[in-house]
Amino acid sequence: MGMGGLVLLPLAPPPINPHSSSPLGLLLSPPTFKSFKFNNLRSKSSQSRTTSITMASIKVHGVPMSTATMRVLAALYEKDLDFELIPVDMRAGAHKQEPFLSLNPFGQIPALQDGDLTLFESRAITEYIAEEYSEKGEKLLCPGCKKVKATTNVWLQVEGQQFDPIASKIAFERIFKGMFGMTTDPAAVEELEGKLVKVLDIYEARLAKSDFLACDCFTLADLHHLPAIHYLMGTDSKKLFESRAKVCDWVKKITARPAWAKVVALQKQ
Amino acid sequence: MVMKVYGDEMSACVARVLLCLHEKDTEFELVPVNLFACHHKLPSFLSMNPFGQVPVLQDDDLTLFESRAITAYIAEKHKDKGTDLTRHEDSKEAAIVKQWSEVEAHHFNPAISAVIHQLIVVPLQGEKSPDAAIVEENLEKLEKVLDVYEERLGKTKYLAGDSYTLADLNHVPYTYYFMKTSHAGLVNDRPKVKAWWDDLCSRPAFLKVSPGLTVIPVTN
Repeated sequence: MGMGGLVLLPLAPPPINPHSSSPLGLLLSPPTFKSFKFNNLRSKSSQSRTTSITMASIKVHGVPMSTATMRVLAALYEKDLDFELIPVDMRAGAHKQEPFLSLNPFGQIPALQDGDLTLFESRAITEYIAEEYSEKGEKLLCPGCKKVKATTNVWLQVEGQQFDPIASKIAFERIFKGMFGMTTDPAAVEELEGKLVKVLDIYEARLAKSDFLACDCFTLADLHHLPAIHYLMGTDSKKLFESRAKVCDWVKKITARPAWAKVVALQKQ
Repeated sequence: MVMKVYGDEMSACVARVLLCLHEKDTEFELVPVNLFACHHKLPSFLSMNPFGQVPVLQDDDLTLFESRAITAYIAEKHKDKGTDLTRHEDSKEAAIVKQWSEVEAHHFNPAISAVIHQLIVVPLQGEKSPDAAIVEENLEKLEKVLDVYEERLGKTKYLAGDSYTLADLNHVPYTYYFMKTSHAGLVNDRPKVKAWWDDLCSRPAFLKVSPGLTVIPVTN
């Protein structure tokens, strides 16, 4: 079975955790392929089975539909790093059992292995990638002055503490609930959107002073927003972004990045 | 020029920053912000933090908000003095510190702050009673997080390894308030978590900051 779009199976859905960092991961069983080895020189089709024995040093355990996994994949593609994506059978609950729990005791995807290092929490993983491989691919942290690094940390926290808690709940209401045969709660959506507009108004003011959130170049602080924005822009909530000129431009810029296109393409394989 | 911290010592997020400053033996000036008079919503404050929240840090011409970004800044700026809060000399150890810092931010904090909000902030706002359902739901989430901590702390003395780091520090203020509630058993009944907590409370920096954490939660 390939991963052509979302596949709903007539099975009892697992318990839904709206606070999961990757709610979409609950829906999917991985296709019956072995782990993919991705290399940024060319993308491999879902039908190809690599016979290369070369093991990528970086392994990502996750699924392409998961927002948190997408965050990590985006960073890896920005950095032009070879990696292996090892699917996790969410429908079978593999993420809540060993051996996955040894990678992440919180039972959530993604987990990353790089040599003898194992990491979980997507934002810790992306920061590790950005710093460990700072000389490769695109810069994800502005080099040089400490002031910009400090400001980047501020906007990294803003994404994690102010934006994502609201955005991911809206995505849950508008997209994921429907997939489980549950109904979107319009009152909840309205309340959440009321909170999101306050955040986006702040972003609008910020982006009038700075090309990207932390500074005038694209950083992790922008990248971390991509998965939630990707999903919300496919719903009526997109109006909240489109109606704010600077935010709208920023969304267009960050979603147009080639690395992001590769992440999105993985969902279609 | 001495760093300025805008906020009050009773605020958990402000206390997070004060702990870090004390761990680094760094001088600072605390500039009170009258939250009850909504000074944090005035334009003069919003120009420092558009989200209208304390703390804010000013260090010369740099203004920062979000307490975890502030502690990261202080830890980085003073990485060569005081407690090593980030394990900056080893990139893999530094990544583990960030991992457990993210755990605090995304697993621990949402649950514990929701409980504290009901048992401390809501009563202070005076208009309604704590929502028992929200408290119960978040206590359940917190228990699952603490179960993971119990196992982790069976292998390492602190969350990110065998030395105290930001990953531990960021937990302290909300946990301090939580331990004043009737739900302290969640910590006390987990021996490794309890030992870890007792250790965090023994630190000189904690002993300087805890007297300022004066709010008393309602009984629930």
